[in-house]
Amino acid sequence: MSVTVLLFASYADALGASSLSLDLPAGATVGDVLAELMSRPGADRLPPSPLMAVNQRYASADSPVRSGDEVAVIPPVAGG
Amino acid sequence: MSQFVSPIGELVDRTIDPGALLSRVSSPSNGALIVFVGVVREVNEGRDVTGIEYSAYEPMAARELQAIADEAGARFATPHVAIEHRLGELALEDASVGIAVGHAHRGAAYEASRWIIEELKRRVPIWKREHYTDGTREWVDPASRSAQPASP
Repeated sequence: MSVTVLLFASYADALGASSLSLDLPAGATVGDVLAELMSRPGADRLPPSPLMAVNQRYASADSPVRSGDEVAVIPPVAGG
Repeated sequence: MSQFVSPIGELVDRTIDPGALLSRVSSPSNGALIVFVGVVREVNEGRDVTGIEYSAYEPMAARELQAIADEAGARFATPHVAIEHRLGELALEDASVGIAVGHAHRGAAYEASRWIIEELKRRVPIWKREHYTDGTREWVDPASRSAQPASP
């Protein structure tokens, strides 16, 4: 199955992309998405456990992902 | 005309007008109106700042801003909450965030205003890149900085 991974700010700079499409086995979790992402060049500049969101809601590593989901990797937020 | 009032939290790409925000929370039931404005400051962590570029995961940031407005309304028992966060390139003294609260009493209005800015800084997916006088730019990570509380 395919999921869209969104990257922002310093994380987009590190990976050289603001959006990626990843292929994962059925039953994959947010943690699996992150593990796949961490194999990409530049991912060594990300922390080991960044904040993650699925379909615009914060999600934990064991949350399931489904085909077509939008998974976001959220750098430290700095609003205000 | 409906008189229904509900909390508002939104992203904007224009100047934040504190007077307009206050007018959105004005009501004969309120004895106190509070407006908080966060602005771009010229020095941060000892570096000379010339401006800040704000970006966001826009649909999620808009959702979180609205959720914070709704939660503040429920927590402090007032529908008169208006939050605006600006995105894009801001110059020194430009307002990046405006928070207006109207309440029957000042204590709850102050508390709600403070609660909202702290929640916003904790959970809304917005990022800022500071521009410095030497021409460099850096993403700001509030958690990596000194023990001083980060100011908006």
